[in-house]
Amino acid sequence: MLEYFNFRIIWEYMPLFMEGLYQTAWISLVGIIGSLVTGMIACACRISGIKLLVAPAVAFIEVIRSTPLLAQLYFLYFGLPSLGIQVDELTTGLVALSFNSGAYVAEILRAGIKGIPTGQVEAAMGQGFNVYQRFFYVILPQALANTLPPMLGQAIVLVKDSAVLSLISVMELTRAGQILNSERFMPAEAFLTVAALYLVVYYVLKGLMKFYQMRMTRFRSA
Amino acid sequence: MWGFYFDQLMNSLPMFYKGMGMTVAVSALSLIGGTIIGVITGILRSNENTLMARILSIYVDVMRGTPFLVQLFIIFFILPEFGIQMEAFTAAVVSLTIYAGSYICEIVSASIQAVPSGQEEACRSLGHTRSQAMILVVLPQALRMALPALVGQYVLLIKDSSIVSVIGLTDITRAGWLTVQRVPEGLMVFGLVGVMYFVVCYPLIQLSNVLEKRFSTGDLKL
Repeated sequence: MLEYFNFRIIWEYMPLFMEGLYQTAWISLVGIIGSLVTGMIACACRISGIKLLVAPAVAFIEVIRSTPLLAQLYFLYFGLPSLGIQVDELTTGLVALSFNSGAYVAEILRAGIKGIPTGQVEAAMGQGFNVYQRFFYVILPQALANTLPPMLGQAIVLVKDSAVLSLISVMELTRAGQILNSERFMPAEAFLTVAALYLVVYYVLKGLMKFYQMRMTRFRSA
Repeated sequence: MWGFYFDQLMNSLPMFYKGMGMTVAVSALSLIGGTIIGVITGILRSNENTLMARILSIYVDVMRGTPFLVQLFIIFFILPEFGIQMEAFTAAVVSLTIYAGSYICEIVSASIQAVPSGQEEACRSLGHTRSQAMILVVLPQALRMALPALVGQYVLLIKDSSIVSVIGLTDITRAGWLTVQRVPEGLMVFGLVGVMYFVVCYPLIQLSNVLEKRFSTGDLKL
């Protein structure tokens, strides 16, 4: 195995890999923020009880969850130009990632909200809070605290999903591997390195998740 | 103009049907393989202190921490370097199976651990062996508990199968990609792609929800 593996090439292409890793991190960060915003809005609409808001939110969440990210990405990539909207690949990719992940975030939030006692809402009503205040001041903060572990899980999924952007030639980690493979025909060096770098990111995020859960259990049991 | 493109799209419907067949075939084969791998590894992983469980947790981490796209490239491009020639279809099914197996392994081992230990102890005290206790008492309960999560995982599997379009398998996504080259109406073409995935996935998502409802309480109303 090792005699096949050319470390010099990896060293030579290190700047490219690092560029890809940096881009992946950046794309993921923007995607996470975008999906949090999308998810909060979609979730608020879904549980608002106002028909005009519930229906589109449900439709959005269900359509996103029952179609693949790659199809959504192509839908925007090939579809936006026919609407006369010209944006670069990176923007297209970021929008696709944010919307896709946003639907899952909305569902995670909804599950977190299920765990909040009804008394909280009733108390807020008693204070004369309107629907928006009830959601954004009382429910959402608690839901976010309850759902941090699954949110981090979703963040991990988003980092992995961002690999798909390489298929519309956005520069990121997987793309770096594709470039090395196409220039030197060394798939092993290219893609095993890429996989290893993704793993590093994964273990960092997983460590965060473990750390948070440890702290929460200490805090709860105290 | 739309009418003309719509006719063009109708002309390529046969390819979409073939693509749907391909998506269903790849997903179904991987689903069966992945479930077999997942249940076996899940059982082995449920007892956390063994060496086998440690090795399996590395397998699960590697599969969960790297994008499926990269895994597919590794299997499709690197194995031929070691003289293992594979057709695209085989490579797709093999990589999707290994990938799905790791997720199902997690689900199964978590459900086994959720079965109260008294169940196994009671069975052992009746003179059954460990494996009998597992097969007769623990597994039936664990798999029933795991069912909603498993169905949800199958939906993810069908969606992830869209990635195999990049190695030239004509599934639904690639049928759309090929069509969009001739019919430059991305919204219409990938709208159709979305509808096809939706038809396959949405019933499964609903099934998963129904199964989930049996284990949960009502929603919180704003």
